[in-house]
Amino acid sequence: MAGSLSYKLPLPRVGGRSAEFYNFCKRHELRFQRCTGCGTWRHIPRDMCAKCGSFDWEWARSSGKGKLFSWTTAVQPMMRQFADQVPYSPVIVELEEGVRMVTWLTDVKPDELQLGMPVEVAFDDVTPEVTLPKFRRSA
Amino acid sequence: MYSLKDQGCIVGVGESAFSRGSGKTELGLMLEASVNAINDAGLKPHDIDGIIGPPLGATAEHFAANLGIEDLRYATTVHMGGASPVVSLQSAAMAVASGVATNVLIPCGWNGYSSNPVRGGGARVDTGERPMPSQNPLANTIGAYYLPYGATVPVQWYAWLAIRHMKLYGTPFESMGAIAVAERKHAQLNDKAMMRGRPLSMDDYLASRMVSFPFRLYDCCLETDAACAIVVTAADRAKDLKQPPVYISGVAEGHPYPADDIPARPDPFVIGLTFAAPKAFAMAGVTHKDIDFAEVYDCFTYVVMLQLEAMGFCKRGEVKDFVTGGRIELGGELPINTHGGLHSEAHVWGTNHIVEAARQLRHQCGARQVKDAEVGLVTGWGDFGDGGLAILRR
Repeated sequence: MAGSLSYKLPLPRVGGRSAEFYNFCKRHELRFQRCTGCGTWRHIPRDMCAKCGSFDWEWARSSGKGKLFSWTTAVQPMMRQFADQVPYSPVIVELEEGVRMVTWLTDVKPDELQLGMPVEVAFDDVTPEVTLPKFRRSA
Repeated sequence: MYSLKDQGCIVGVGESAFSRGSGKTELGLMLEASVNAINDAGLKPHDIDGIIGPPLGATAEHFAANLGIEDLRYATTVHMGGASPVVSLQSAAMAVASGVATNVLIPCGWNGYSSNPVRGGGARVDTGERPMPSQNPLANTIGAYYLPYGATVPVQWYAWLAIRHMKLYGTPFESMGAIAVAERKHAQLNDKAMMRGRPLSMDDYLASRMVSFPFRLYDCCLETDAACAIVVTAADRAKDLKQPPVYISGVAEGHPYPADDIPARPDPFVIGLTFAAPKAFAMAGVTHKDIDFAEVYDCFTYVVMLQLEAMGFCKRGEVKDFVTGGRIELGGELPINTHGGLHSEAHVWGTNHIVEAARQLRHQCGARQVKDAEVGLVTGWGDFGDGGLAILRR
């Protein structure tokens, strides 16, 4: 899906570490914080490791593979920008590394969604500046 | 071990008119409710010396300036969304038990219909750039990580929990419908209820349009222009006031972990109330069997079910059986939302649930009175699952 100037949906409102997260996505790299003290992965970004208390961390690259944790299917648009999108499904994917994130699946219809369905990251360059991590079915 | 058991009492309750189109400011609605609650207690506005302001719409100081309270000794705000009013009871009990304040006012309300703050960009008015109140502590999470995927409002976030529960435990639509139907039935006995005169059957529920799967229209609460207010006083003074005192016997707050992101929770069914409930029950010294009725925060039907499991009224996955067969209706084992709740009375951030619980325990509820009610509970839920629980007795 090529980026387009006509992209109408809201873009992420970013600053600080969320801007860094999306900058990696622009390079088609899905990266999350990983504690360099104890190795625990985390998302959304935090200052500290909640497990060991370390302030030291790195942006570690995810395999991009995961499974479907839950979903909803929006039928009534709650923002005007999404009026042409319904029905669409904001899903939660659990990555192999254990972190979970909100995303869309690009190739699964709402009535085909199943808990635990294997998926893999599929980057969508929605504008020249912004790439959203989305997911597709995987084997 | 601390205990606030029976140290604070609800001595006054009041509300504004409930409407779709108040023509008033939110502060104006809340002041109307406040004056009614103060009058109900037999107090004067100048007797109030503590105010726990609402999470939105006005500050404690706005109330003091209007009510003429020169010496406001205690002012705070609980930022827990729809859990704020119930958790404010904890703060009020602490204030009167310690002597920091004598009479604490808890006002809350909004123009939930007219200003259309939740469904921004929906049918009525386009406020699409403000999917959540701007000062909401969750705005960063939503803006950076949920907004691009169109997950901007509670009906979508809490659906993530409901779907997972349905798939893991076989929870059927009809069990969610049982909540909506029971609440609507109760509202037929409540003159103030927005949905009085509009009964709802299970067939009506199942036929209603989908909003965000698995939530249909009748899984969702109302949007109302409405306010309520509560007055809390120390137990030793409460006996001398106009109304029979309603004791705050057990009260606690709880926060899910982490509170600011639903997907990251190790167990998504562990919510604020999971932490609050054991503390409040222990403080009150009662068990589930002692509870005569429950006013449970009901932004969505499934959220009631989630809270019943979190409080331990049934085991996880068993709530589908708990809520059916009339158990949660008036005359049943545990009547829930005897006023109609946010679904069928009005959406007043659950402050109306506290008002109803107090009136049930005063035995002032007429046709919907729970017979011989001695002990009841009120829950709050908000901001991704923050929770509060108050166990009240007469």
